[in-house]
Amino acid sequence: MPAITFIHPDGKSDRVETSGGESVMQAATRHGLDGILAECGGNAMCATCHVYVDESWLARLPAVAGDEDALLDGTAAERRPNSRLSCQIAITPELDGLVLKLPERQV
Amino acid sequence: MTVSGTPASTGPASVPHLDVDPFDMTFFADPYPTHQRLREAGPVVYLDKWNVYGVARYAEVHAVLNDPATFCSSRGVGLSDFKKETPWRPPSLILEADPPAHTRTRAVLSKVLSPTVMKQVRDRFAAAAEERVDALIERRSFDAIADLAEAYPLSIFPDALGLKAEGREHLIPYASVVFNAFGPPNELRQQAIARSAPHQAYVAEQCQRDNLSPGGFGACIHAQADEGAITATEAPLLVRSLLSAGLDTTVNGIGAAVYCLARFPDQWQRLRDDLTLARNAFEEAVRFESPVQTFFRTTTREVELSGATIGEGEKVLMFLAAANRDPRRWDQPDSYDITRRTSGHVGFGSGIHMCVGQLVARLEGEVMLTALARRIAKIEITGEPKRRFNNTLRGLDSLPVTITPA
Repeated sequence: MPAITFIHPDGKSDRVETSGGESVMQAATRHGLDGILAECGGNAMCATCHVYVDESWLARLPAVAGDEDALLDGTAAERRPNSRLSCQIAITPELDGLVLKLPERQV
Repeated sequence: MTVSGTPASTGPASVPHLDVDPFDMTFFADPYPTHQRLREAGPVVYLDKWNVYGVARYAEVHAVLNDPATFCSSRGVGLSDFKKETPWRPPSLILEADPPAHTRTRAVLSKVLSPTVMKQVRDRFAAAAEERVDALIERRSFDAIADLAEAYPLSIFPDALGLKAEGREHLIPYASVVFNAFGPPNELRQQAIARSAPHQAYVAEQCQRDNLSPGGFGACIHAQADEGAITATEAPLLVRSLLSAGLDTTVNGIGAAVYCLARFPDQWQRLRDDLTLARNAFEEAVRFESPVQTFFRTTTREVELSGATIGEGEKVLMFLAAANRDPRRWDQPDSYDITRRTSGHVGFGSGIHMCVGQLVARLEGEVMLTALARRIAKIEITGEPKRRFNNTLRGLDSLPVTITPA
């Protein structure tokens, strides 16, 4: 199963083994990862599962949808060109090795 | 066995039948043993009292919420089936609608209540919470419902909406009617509707563009009509949604949080030691108390749900509160734990109809609990809490407390 690496603001990292049919957010919360809140539970409503995608991976992710784009304007930490909501990234085998940086804060 | 009329033998016969009335006063007084019975009886149950299916486990509640094509909202999210009965008021364009109609109206309210907008109102909401706590510290003893859980949202939300000062006393009674009306035709519902005329008249009037001050949420909804996102006749009904669901819910949410923190002093201490837990302390109170206890859906086709076959046109009652304490989903579900990972609870629903005002609720809850915990060392309950009865909402009518300033 694809594994994802989350890099915390302090530089420490967590490697999360994912299972099929889940989003990056779901994998993170299932592993009790600090730094992903997901207050709305994955309904694309709260912007508290914000991540910065490692530049080398950016082009390999599905495009940002309209809902997500609007929500990203409201993230607690600064929005950057590589900002995504992790609930909107479905895990596929091609994403094995994905590297995501966590923002300073989610609220 | 008879095959005519409802329930048909292939449907309800295959699921456990329970004789409980989840809209009865004795149930409201202590719903937890019955919630457990409902969960343990099976993944899908049938309630003979109102001829409806029920789901009380997390998995099934979540599944129903996330399949709006099968479990629709346009036939009403209360017991009344809009296909068979005339709704007591014009249906909501968002709550009581299905895609694609719902998609358009939902987008408008999502935009008006977005994370970006919350950033703009945050300081104002926080300052009002501080002011409220100042006043409560002066008094020391007060009713945590009237003087805190109601007074605080009333001091910010109607202004944020852009409502006129006069007539605001109709707001909480109107919301009370709305949430009672989702229930069955019991005394609570009948009396609420019978007395609703003045509240309805007030609300209808306030939803008009001319009565909403510029810059408020209400005016922002009307501005969406200028942009072509909705029509000018739809705008007032969408404003009505905020008047229906934006105040009493947060009153009960904040009331639940204060009631929890007053009952569980260890959690209060944890919050005082780390104020960054305030937002989750509120969220956990929404899970633990579930201010919105239930909603219905109506099946659009015959469907199999966890082994049970439910026919077309059947009402399905979702016990959100029972799902939020389902031991299949939650560790120690009956503990109020402000450090719990609350993500995934269904206190705000889930899926396309998940509470569109959830960010407003969380913001109010967070800033209020932060202000309380920063300034107050102790909250003691000094009298018997009195429950307020409503077919959908769970909350208190009064909660006498005495506080000790920090």
